[in-house]
Amino acid sequence: MLEARGLSKSFGSVAAVRGVSFVARDGQITGLLGANGAGKSTTLRMLYTVLKPDSGDAFIDGTSVLADPTTARRSLGVLSHGAGVYNHLTARENIAYFGELHGMPAAQRAARAAELIELLEMQPFADRLAKGFSQGQRLKTALARALVHRPKNLLLDEPTNGLDVMAVRGLRKLLVQLREAGHCVLFSSHVMQEVEQLCDEVVVVAGGQVVAAGALADIRARAGNQQLEDAFVHLMGDEVKK
Amino acid sequence: MNLRGIWAVFRKEFRENLRDRRTLLSALVFGPVLGPVLVAALVQFGISRAETQSDENLSVAVAHAERAPNLLAYLNARGIDIVKVEFDEAQARAAVAAQTHKIILEIPEDFGARLQDGQPAPVVLYSDGSRGFERRGVARVRQLVSQYGIEIAQLRFLARGIDPISVLPISVQEIDVSTPTGRSVLVLNMMTYLVLLSMLFGGLYLAIDATAGERERGSLEVLLTAPVPRENLIYGKIGAAAAYMLISLCLTVTMFAVAISFVGLEQLGITANLGPKAALTMIACCTPLVLFGAAYLSIVSGFAKSYREAQTYLGLVITIPTLPLMFAGLLGLQAKTSLMFVPFLSQHLLLTTVVRAEEIVPLHVAISVISTVIYGAALTWIAGRLYRREGLLG
Repeated sequence: MLEARGLSKSFGSVAAVRGVSFVARDGQITGLLGANGAGKSTTLRMLYTVLKPDSGDAFIDGTSVLADPTTARRSLGVLSHGAGVYNHLTARENIAYFGELHGMPAAQRAARAAELIELLEMQPFADRLAKGFSQGQRLKTALARALVHRPKNLLLDEPTNGLDVMAVRGLRKLLVQLREAGHCVLFSSHVMQEVEQLCDEVVVVAGGQVVAAGALADIRARAGNQQLEDAFVHLMGDEVKK
Repeated sequence: MNLRGIWAVFRKEFRENLRDRRTLLSALVFGPVLGPVLVAALVQFGISRAETQSDENLSVAVAHAERAPNLLAYLNARGIDIVKVEFDEAQARAAVAAQTHKIILEIPEDFGARLQDGQPAPVVLYSDGSRGFERRGVARVRQLVSQYGIEIAQLRFLARGIDPISVLPISVQEIDVSTPTGRSVLVLNMMTYLVLLSMLFGGLYLAIDATAGERERGSLEVLLTAPVPRENLIYGKIGAAAAYMLISLCLTVTMFAVAISFVGLEQLGITANLGPKAALTMIACCTPLVLFGAAYLSIVSGFAKSYREAQTYLGLVITIPTLPLMFAGLLGLQAKTSLMFVPFLSQHLLLTTVVRAEEIVPLHVAISVISTVIYGAALTWIAGRLYRREGLLG
């Protein structure tokens, strides 16, 4: 379970995130929806302990990211923006490296890498250097890397960026599998349809603040619209007026 | 401190860069091969020039040779080939300027008459002083001509019943006390410089790749979410850069030892002490520097926003530690205790001592090793602090 409690972050004079609070529960897929520059990435980066909040705190399965970031990281799997993988390592080595960083013994990380390669259907390119990978192959490698230590919580920053339809479907299937297995999945997106198809809960951010949160149906009802996109525009409009 | 994490990062960086052609070339080829080959070629070139200059007959153009047959016979007997020409002064100047003749000796009209009258008889020697290669030849001609003059003077004294020895009140005896090895200083200065530079180059690309490169590729962000303290990540990276520097150092010193053994240094009167034992001592003296160098380069490239920017910085920054070496060369610095606290300079002085086959002072080695390790550890700590900054992500 992930919990953001009054997270704020400024870069110089720009307030990127202003008091964001929400909860992402286990066994659910939570979408962080917002326009470009709304503060989604900054919020996620504070959750996965790369940025320190100016105020507020975040809790990963109850562990404060401020008080004990190392413990918090153990139960976090992260797919960052752009999914950077190491070009001179094979997909398998990329995965195993993170297993090693998580303190897994050699035999265990090799077995886990093999398991993930099968799960994500990466066999054709698992032992090739990542240098020539397609965007989809990179994403799979980065996903496997994020899952190597069986984290309870998975955070994905715009995971579908630059993917073709097949890859998006594969990702969707995997996220549903993870939800069924009781994981807590949080992903950011600016694509309404994606969020609509996948998410149990949605947190809508605009201008660094949460403008709506809850089950999809509730949000639609609150905005008085049936389509999420319309609801979204409606909520954004409110924000702009403020 | 997460030793397993440090080890994991070290192994990954080491292995990944083993597959990177750029890193491999700079660590294993550029420094270790090009430096020694360059030095060996320069030394070989110097040897062959020195040989030809002292042994070969020197060709000198002589204007109006018929006016001084004895002088010319004297020169001819001492390895000077005479080329007879008919030049006046202007023609002689033009010929030297155009390099059709490099050295021209002109015998003026009154040479014979003045010589007979016991008056100073002039000869004129034309050459181009801006061409360094001919200076030796000019000096040789000048020396032979004045030698001829002295012999005539001695004959004149003898004819007047004076002991010629009495008119040479002072005789200068030159004694060159430099040992054969000591003469190799110039070559050796260049060699230690190249050894140290080549060592730094060995870890250069790894240092850039592991810091600025990793950030640019976007993998740094995920790496920072691993449960390994941030400063430990950079320790692993510094360790890998240091390992590459150590490999480069060992290869470079070995290659130098091999290259120098192929060059006939003895012909220059130089014997360099570069046997296996000297090579091992050199490597041992420089090993503490690899931590210093790796941390230093990692810090600088950690500030760069991109791979290219880091490359630009490091191209300049890599020469800074070697600056004291140039001063050492200019000032003729010798190994002494106070200089052993200066990294790079202390290693340079120790290396020079070893190659000159002189006694190395154990205290000097101890100070050099301990102080360099302390500086290296301090820089590594600073690098760790920098990795804890948020600005690292750019």
